[in-house]
Amino acid sequence: MSLVLEGVSRTVGGEVYLDDINLTFERGEFNVLLGLTEAGKTTMMRIMAGLEPPNTGRVVEDGQDVTRVPVRKRSVGMVYQQFINYPSLSVYDNIASPLKLAGLDKGQIDRLVRTEAERLGIDHLIDRLPAELSGGQQQRCAMARALVRDARLVLLDEPLVNLDYKLREGLRSELRTLFADRDTVVVYATTEPEEALVLGGKTTVLHEGRVIQHGVTAECYRHPANTTVTQVFADPPMNLMPVVVGDGEVSVGGLLRAPLPGHMKDLAPGHYTLGVRPHHLYVAGADNLVTLHGTVEVAEIAGSVTYVHLEVNGRDWVVEERGVHPVHPGERFDIHMDLNRAYAFDSADQLVAAPDSQRG
Amino acid sequence: MEKREYQWAWLMVLPVVLVVAFSAIMPLMTVVNYSVQDIFGPDSRFFVGTEWFKEVLRDPQLHGALIRQIIFSAAVLLIQIPLGIGLALCLPKKGPWVSVSLVLLALPLLVPWNVVGTIWQVFARPDVGLAGVFLNSIGLDYNYTGDSVDAWVTVLVMDVWHWTSLVILLCYAGLQAIPDAFYQAARIDGASRWAVFRYIELPKLKGVLLIAILLRFIFSFRIYAEPFVLTGGGPGNATTFLSQRLTTMAVGQFDLGPAAAFSLVYFLIILLFSYVFYLTILNMDREG
Repeated sequence: MSLVLEGVSRTVGGEVYLDDINLTFERGEFNVLLGLTEAGKTTMMRIMAGLEPPNTGRVVEDGQDVTRVPVRKRSVGMVYQQFINYPSLSVYDNIASPLKLAGLDKGQIDRLVRTEAERLGIDHLIDRLPAELSGGQQQRCAMARALVRDARLVLLDEPLVNLDYKLREGLRSELRTLFADRDTVVVYATTEPEEALVLGGKTTVLHEGRVIQHGVTAECYRHPANTTVTQVFADPPMNLMPVVVGDGEVSVGGLLRAPLPGHMKDLAPGHYTLGVRPHHLYVAGADNLVTLHGTVEVAEIAGSVTYVHLEVNGRDWVVEERGVHPVHPGERFDIHMDLNRAYAFDSADQLVAAPDSQRG
Repeated sequence: MEKREYQWAWLMVLPVVLVVAFSAIMPLMTVVNYSVQDIFGPDSRFFVGTEWFKEVLRDPQLHGALIRQIIFSAAVLLIQIPLGIGLALCLPKKGPWVSVSLVLLALPLLVPWNVVGTIWQVFARPDVGLAGVFLNSIGLDYNYTGDSVDAWVTVLVMDVWHWTSLVILLCYAGLQAIPDAFYQAARIDGASRWAVFRYIELPKLKGVLLIAILLRFIFSFRIYAEPFVLTGGGPGNATTFLSQRLTTMAVGQFDLGPAAAFSLVYFLIILLFSYVFYLTILNMDREG
């Protein structure tokens, strides 16, 4: 029971939207599709739904080739960024619309509509028009419409971006339970790393029309396959710096020279890219930390966390530090790095050393 | 603090208030003044009360013009609104043809109204006009200056030619504002083309249709220049509409008192109809 994309490519007017996608989505799984805007997430969903055909490749559902099967003959539910409901129909009729078109009888429709409305917490709004609902309620109505027919494939294309963050958090935490006991392939597209981490399941990282990593969400986060993943699947993105490894030491020109940490001991001498997450950089020094010098570009104070943007050896770095740290642009600034929590990518941009996951 | 802001606001709108007062309210008061007096000259005037209103409301000529006017406006709305929606749906949504078709559609709207009448007067002439000669050559006995049905058809077709573009352009703008996701969602549901129109496009067009209907009603109800140039209100009184009847009274017969009374009645009719339309459509919106 699965949905498989085999060598799917899509080119429109010479522009590559998707390039040789090979993926398998299992039923009952929650799949996150993570990528920046224009990464190809929406195109991939449209192909999975049958809204547009791929140029090459096949879409296989439960062993059957459905590449050219039009969307109305498939079993698909889809939720969009915009709150898509029929404006002149009540919430009840909106949720009922796919069932009516599928030709179910009245009693059955009534039962399904009421159950679904209740699950999404809009059963008291059933007689209202979409325009009389708040944004969050409108999106719940759209979700109920997508879920009520119990489709084999449910696609959610950034469904929470147009909601304010309180509503977003509420609906997001409900999403997992909504899909928990369904025998459905669920695909959820988002640009936000945090959303992927909260939703869990499996994550596919898309970049410029290619899959750059696919696997269990937490695993993808802990072991980013290459430096591109570290930029897409982390917010703020991971700080990167080209380094030279040799003689048991790691060095960056005259800026830094330090003994190799335990998990990098086996690296062959040569050029690497070092990666450090913003929250593994510290303002205060300590014995086990190495010190780097940078120049402050800007500091964002987000409540109890300060993000200091620095220029370090010609690179833009971000330090995430608890507390409020007033710093001034142009100021020289020392930061302290825990090499035990650093990643290393080789010259072919593959992850070769990751910190012990127990240590975060 | 708040009070001072209010005073500022009054000061800011004062120029507009003055312009409106001079251009609309004061002429209107003059009309009211005329409508209750019989005026022979600057020094001899008599107050006649509601005399002119009574006379005007009993005038069979005006009754005829009012009925023709209502039929005309109804026909205009019944033809132009569905036609406008239909043509707007047929227009290309993107590509080079969009600008071409929009410019072509806007052309009739740019022509001065009396020129529209002149164009059609020549175009429909049975002796030399392209349309007139063609219709007669295929065996139709068409003559808009002699036959009242022909005159009506010509006036209506002319108005459709002149004004349907406005409805098309308004609807087209409304359709363009519907996000693509609505159409996708309908495809996923398996909705038919008719259902897409009935449940997505039509409800989303409600706002622009309200404006289109109001504008088309008001414009058609006070139509003057085009039929005046085309038929002169004839044959007989067949295409004499309210504004033309009014002009004949005021300028032709110089019956200023009755004409003033009638102007006010005319104005109230338009106001009343527009308000009823507005309320109806607003209610439709609420009921869905």
